[in-house]
Amino acid sequence: MKFVKTLSAGVSALALLASAASAEISDGKVKIGILTDMSASYSDVAGPGAVAAAEMAIEEFGGQVAGAPIELVTADHQNKADIAANTAREWGDTGQVDTFAELVTTSVAMAVFEVAKQQNKIALVSGAASSPLTNDACIPTGLHWTYNTRALAVGTGSAVVAEGGDSWFFLTADYAFGEALQKDVTAVVEKAGGKVLGSVKHPFPASDFSSFILQAQASGAKVIGLANAGADTINAIKAANEFGIVAGGQSIAGLLVFLSDIHALGLEVAQGLQMTVSFYWDMDDETRAWSKKFMEKTGKMPTGVQAGTYSAVRHYLKAIEATGSDDTDTVLAKMREMPVEDMFAHGGVLRTDGRMVHDMYLAKVKAPSESSGPWDYLKIVRTIPGEEAFGTLEESTCPTK
Amino acid sequence: MLTELLGFPPQVLFGQLLLGLINGAFYAVLSLGLAVIFGLLNIVNFAHGALYMLGAFAALGITQYLGLGYWGALIVAPIAVGAFGIVIERLLLRRLAGVDHLYGLLLTFGLALVIEGTFVKFFGSSGLPYPTPKALEGGVNLGFMFLPWYRAWVVVASLLVCGATWFLFERTKIGAYLRAGTENPKLLQAFGVNVPLLTTLAYGYGVALAAFAGVLAAPITQVNPLMGSNLIIVVFAVVVIGGMGSIMGAVVTGLAMGVIEGLTKVFWPEASATVIFVVMAIVLVLRPAGLFGKTA
Amino acid sequence: MNAKIGYLIALVLLIVAPFVIYPVFLMKVLCFALFASAFNLILGYGGLLSFGHAAFFGGASYVTGHALKVWGLPTELGILTGAAAACVLGFLVGMIAIRRQGIYFAMITLAMAQMVFFLFITAPFTGGENGLQGIPRGTALGAIDLQDNLNMYYFVLAIFVLAYFLISRTVNSPFGQVLGAIRDNENRAKSLGYDTDKYKLLAFVLSATLAGLAGATKSVVFQLASLTDAHWHMSGEVVLMTLLGGLGTIPGPAVGAGIIVTLQNYLAKGPLGGWVPVVLGLIFIVCVLAFRRGVVGEIKAMIRKSF
Repeated sequence: MKFVKTLSAGVSALALLASAASAEISDGKVKIGILTDMSASYSDVAGPGAVAAAEMAIEEFGGQVAGAPIELVTADHQNKADIAANTAREWGDTGQVDTFAELVTTSVAMAVFEVAKQQNKIALVSGAASSPLTNDACIPTGLHWTYNTRALAVGTGSAVVAEGGDSWFFLTADYAFGEALQKDVTAVVEKAGGKVLGSVKHPFPASDFSSFILQAQASGAKVIGLANAGADTINAIKAANEFGIVAGGQSIAGLLVFLSDIHALGLEVAQGLQMTVSFYWDMDDETRAWSKKFMEKTGKMPTGVQAGTYSAVRHYLKAIEATGSDDTDTVLAKMREMPVEDMFAHGGVLRTDGRMVHDMYLAKVKAPSESSGPWDYLKIVRTIPGEEAFGTLEESTCPTK
Repeated sequence: MLTELLGFPPQVLFGQLLLGLINGAFYAVLSLGLAVIFGLLNIVNFAHGALYMLGAFAALGITQYLGLGYWGALIVAPIAVGAFGIVIERLLLRRLAGVDHLYGLLLTFGLALVIEGTFVKFFGSSGLPYPTPKALEGGVNLGFMFLPWYRAWVVVASLLVCGATWFLFERTKIGAYLRAGTENPKLLQAFGVNVPLLTTLAYGYGVALAAFAGVLAAPITQVNPLMGSNLIIVVFAVVVIGGMGSIMGAVVTGLAMGVIEGLTKVFWPEASATVIFVVMAIVLVLRPAGLFGKTA
Repeated sequence: MNAKIGYLIALVLLIVAPFVIYPVFLMKVLCFALFASAFNLILGYGGLLSFGHAAFFGGASYVTGHALKVWGLPTELGILTGAAAACVLGFLVGMIAIRRQGIYFAMITLAMAQMVFFLFITAPFTGGENGLQGIPRGTALGAIDLQDNLNMYYFVLAIFVLAYFLISRTVNSPFGQVLGAIRDNENRAKSLGYDTDKYKLLAFVLSATLAGLAGATKSVVFQLASLTDAHWHMSGEVVLMTLLGGLGTIPGPAVGAGIIVTLQNYLAKGPLGGWVPVVLGLIFIVCVLAFRRGVVGEIKAMIRKSF
């Protein structure tokens, strides 16, 4: 008898909870869909680590927000935009997913933007890099969190020119992303009084960079800018090292380099490389504490993309907590109203073009003698204020800003 | 074209020619392995790229866990991966005897997916570094370019292996059996030669060649699970151009394609990934059997 | 007679399916089923293994995307433009490839497709790595709004049924029979006075065109065209679909496509998330070793045995 009583009490309490939640939270739960690359080129930069980061954000809320449980679903898009679009569409149409998160590589982010626009769902972009996501290709509900090509160009480009690296030669991956990156950096370099001596477009992906490195060497430019990413960047840096580029007085500027790339290259080869990062684990007590937890979970230190995923998911949940609703427009308004405040960003501002403006950092890769062990790779040289890195809202060409 | 030529100082050209030759050395060893396998098994080994990658990973493992260093890895890795190839041949390819040879291509394609997928899962996609051996660090200034010792070594080692393979096939008794096996396996079997064993060994040897190229490549490129997946397509084109006719054909075509690709990198870098396929199309129109191939 | 009843049942199932299963997923299955059926025309009935069909599939999706997005053509015309482009590309590749057989044919088509792939990366109209995004679905017959998933589904189903009918008619036509004769013994067909190269080229072009039709339709469904569809992995996938379903059977490739797409869809979301390529590879190996007749082929053999 007593058992039945407790049971019925429990049931009615549950029912109460459910009705309270359902008043504001659709389907009685908050469902976050992580679409990332679990098996191909960007699985180290984002991938399982990004999923772990999102889980950490959810754990902070105890798995519940505004009285409703938080559910996380993940899918591997294998860097294929059509798989990403298909999954997002299905999640939105039939899976009660409230937001799409991570979305590494621009083609994926753009494809999911199309779905998010039609379904009026929030897209939290972390891994994709292209600036157009908050310019020409922007959508009202698409939020670009971690970084973009403009910020990378400004950070690395102006810093290198300021140090006297005023003549550049580019090794550019022969596709849209590489060209956009080269264009952004060229603008920065020329504005700072430097000049671009030339560039060579290499096929994407390229396996051997020796020939292109030699052409860069022959150009006599002080700086060789790598407007490429991933394995291309890694192989170009290796070839530059092998052919004595740095020993010969030229320097290398990697424009899109991740911590996982440095880990892959090793300090011996990568030392002295300048790069712009959105996050580094060893910045302050907060980042160290969070990254240590991340390391225990995944066995690796987080990349900026992974830390950014955490920040984006956390901020999204914070807005639901504050409004008690998971309605897209309500949550979006609240996310814009609240500053982004966590271990990733301090006083981050979410603009109407979708850009999350926060400080970026210029880092230099340590020499092996300066490093105390694995993952101790970077020293932060300069903090780049958010507005300098991402530009002003006026500069954005987003039509719905 | 002439004005463009004049636009580049001869030094740059020499440098690019030499670099092309170095890349050609890789094509030569890889297409040689494919040619050996094709000769006896009539199978296009789609897993060749994956096995090349396996060679590089084996080198990494041998250096890190067995402490044998680069030179040890250069010998042990091809043997280990070659042994793996023998297992593949005995367990899988052997079962395809008597069915259309296309199934061999499909089987090895599946194998490549499994091997590469598993390695990405365990080692990630950005790859791992492999240091240049101490003895070959640095380089020499040739006047027209700086030649790293390691790259010079790659050419020497590849040519040595290609030469040894040629000798094995053209000048020894085993080679005579192998060639006879290509021509008429039934007759050879009738003479009391163990043809199945010969086939197994040939596959193992071709695989070992791929692994050898992988070890050579490890210090140059990153040791990456996907390092062979695009390379294999280029090597296929090289093989089609050469015509699978002879050992020499594979080697010469490999080197020549490296040089042509190197020159393209100077004159029209964007096209350098495509040029080999263009050459292939032209060769096929003019000589359907390939440059060194017997008539179709 | 039995086959007719089977097709009727299948058609009824396909008509009610979107009320039970998510229609976008079904459309994906139909596009790949058409792709694999088109591919089967050249592999199953022509005996030629093309390893470059992604070039036609992906190429048509780019052309259709461009036609709809930039030129603003009506949807039907856009799709036909894509298929026509695949037809031209198929003719060019076929001209070179049919000079050789067997393994050479496979490698030549692969290399040609790779060349086309590099073109797509660099050509400005494809959007390179980013792909062509936001392709408008438009309307069917100028009136039916295709933005609605259900309308779109029936539009895709209509295309699929028409193309499937065309393929099965082709296979059973005198042309299909000559093709089969060439596959089984080319020299004999030649001695009977057939210009075998002409037949093979025609089959190749038809297969490329229909593969293009599938790619064009897919780009409208997903509103995007990307490099994935042109990559050689896609050429491998379509071989797998055809092989798994049953080489040289008319319904086989469609069945194979259904299985593979379903598998990819569910694997990607489950705990086996990152293992999709490995699982596909294993299926490949098992199929080649133990299951060469494919699902439909095995069922047919079973029926034949038991009656």
